[in-house]
Amino acid sequence: MQNILELKNIGYSYHSLHGETKALENISFEVCEGEFVAIVGPSGCGKSTLLSIIAGLISPEQGTILFNNPDGSLNYPKIGYMLQRDHLFEWRSVYRNVTLGLELHHMMSPERLAAVDRLLTEYGLEGFRDKRPDELSGGMKQRAALIRTLALEPQLLLLDEPFSALDYQTRLMVSADICRLIRAAGKTMIIITHDLSEAISLADKIIILSGRPAVVKTEMPIKLTLKDDSPLAARNAPEFQHLFNRLWEDLTHENKA
Amino acid sequence: MKTKHNRELTKQEEFVRAHRRHHHQVSSWRLLLFVFFLGLWETSARLNWIDSFFFSSPSRVVQCFIQQISSNHMLSHIGVTLFETLASFLLVIILSLLAATMLWHSRKLSEILEPYLVVLNSLPKSALAPLFIVWLGTGSTTIIVAGISVALFGSIISFYTGFQQVDPEKITLIYTLGGKKQDAFFKVVLPGSLPILLSTSKVNIGLALVGVIIGEFLAARRGLGYLIIYGSQVFQLDMVITSIIVLCIIALVFYKVLQVMEHRIKKKFRL
Repeated sequence: MQNILELKNIGYSYHSLHGETKALENISFEVCEGEFVAIVGPSGCGKSTLLSIIAGLISPEQGTILFNNPDGSLNYPKIGYMLQRDHLFEWRSVYRNVTLGLELHHMMSPERLAAVDRLLTEYGLEGFRDKRPDELSGGMKQRAALIRTLALEPQLLLLDEPFSALDYQTRLMVSADICRLIRAAGKTMIIITHDLSEAISLADKIIILSGRPAVVKTEMPIKLTLKDDSPLAARNAPEFQHLFNRLWEDLTHENKA
Repeated sequence: MKTKHNRELTKQEEFVRAHRRHHHQVSSWRLLLFVFFLGLWETSARLNWIDSFFFSSPSRVVQCFIQQISSNHMLSHIGVTLFETLASFLLVIILSLLAATMLWHSRKLSEILEPYLVVLNSLPKSALAPLFIVWLGTGSTTIIVAGISVALFGSIISFYTGFQQVDPEKITLIYTLGGKKQDAFFKVVLPGSLPILLSTSKVNIGLALVGVIIGEFLAARRGLGYLIIYGSQVFQLDMVITSIIVLCIIALVFYKVLQVMEHRIKKKFRL
């Protein structure tokens, strides 16, 4: 499979008058097309910073990011970024929320809007297009936020702990749901999570970061015998417990070091 | 099952009834207080407990109002004050929106101007009125500028504070969707701070009225502020008190109109 993204020796520091705080150091990894990559690490280790760098919201201080687009170009690809909360605007209807990205890019063309309509129908939100966000359930809000992201047809999706604001039960269902939809859409995904079970059940590869300054501790490929099934079923795979223990060991070991 | 259902309904009905009763009581007491005040005022004047030359009375106020309307162009005085107040109010809204937008756009500018805004906001604006008269003469312009000066700086500070209270993650969302800073302003900051803009407007209309009356005291030949000063100078206290009561009604109407507008807009945007 072709690499879609390559990070080489990414470094980043935060600066204040009290001095410099190294957040990321020498981060290198690759992401293949269609691959689901989970990034785990202790809280405050700079995972979100890394995602912001990949998204192009901030520039790295050291290192380079290479994109190999499917068409062979090295341009910045279209990236969709899902934040921790859905941030649907209360003053807009669901429909005007999911078309926000198109509105910003002045791309409200009939084809794009037809694609949005298809997603709304597919994700069961068709009847809610003129409703306000606060009339949706937590899971439906996440679906609406996903449509808002997918409307711009990104090649790479970045998810920054996108389910952490949901209660546990909803979270299990929504994370499985959203990831199934993203896989069905054939997108590449990088997800940040602090939930190890979630990482194992969703991802093809887990990248474990150390505490500050974050370096790549381990890259762990995940091959579950039940992979084709839903992420909920994946938690019953025989390898699951073993992988969980290894992941836990890697994370806690470096914390002591 | 059925009895339980019924009992719940009555509880709900009871709640609604209690709620209505409360509101009826509040309205009735308000009205009663008003009538009692008018009655006491009228009686005190008639029985000579107070000197109605100084304190007037409701009947004298009504008489004076009718007389003023027919002979002294009361309506044109009211019109002038209304016009000047609305003009200052609209200019305050426009100017403070522009200023707050600039402050939001440039953090450096907002930090540079902060102490000036604080000082100008705390300054008693009536102290500036004599200067406005010297600079601008004694026309409507001076009065409108006086009205603006009272409301403007507080309004800028409130609008800017409202802009800053918008969730920064919502602004990040705009950037993740490829938007620019101006998109962040028009799609998030402005609609997101609408409730604060509306509540500040309600305060502004009152302040504009204060400024306009101060201006009319000092530099006008027309308007309710002029009538009050003129009336006190010629010892026609009926005229003074009538004008004050008309001012009360104007302030009430302004506030109500803005309250209804606020309610409608909030309902429309479901805020």
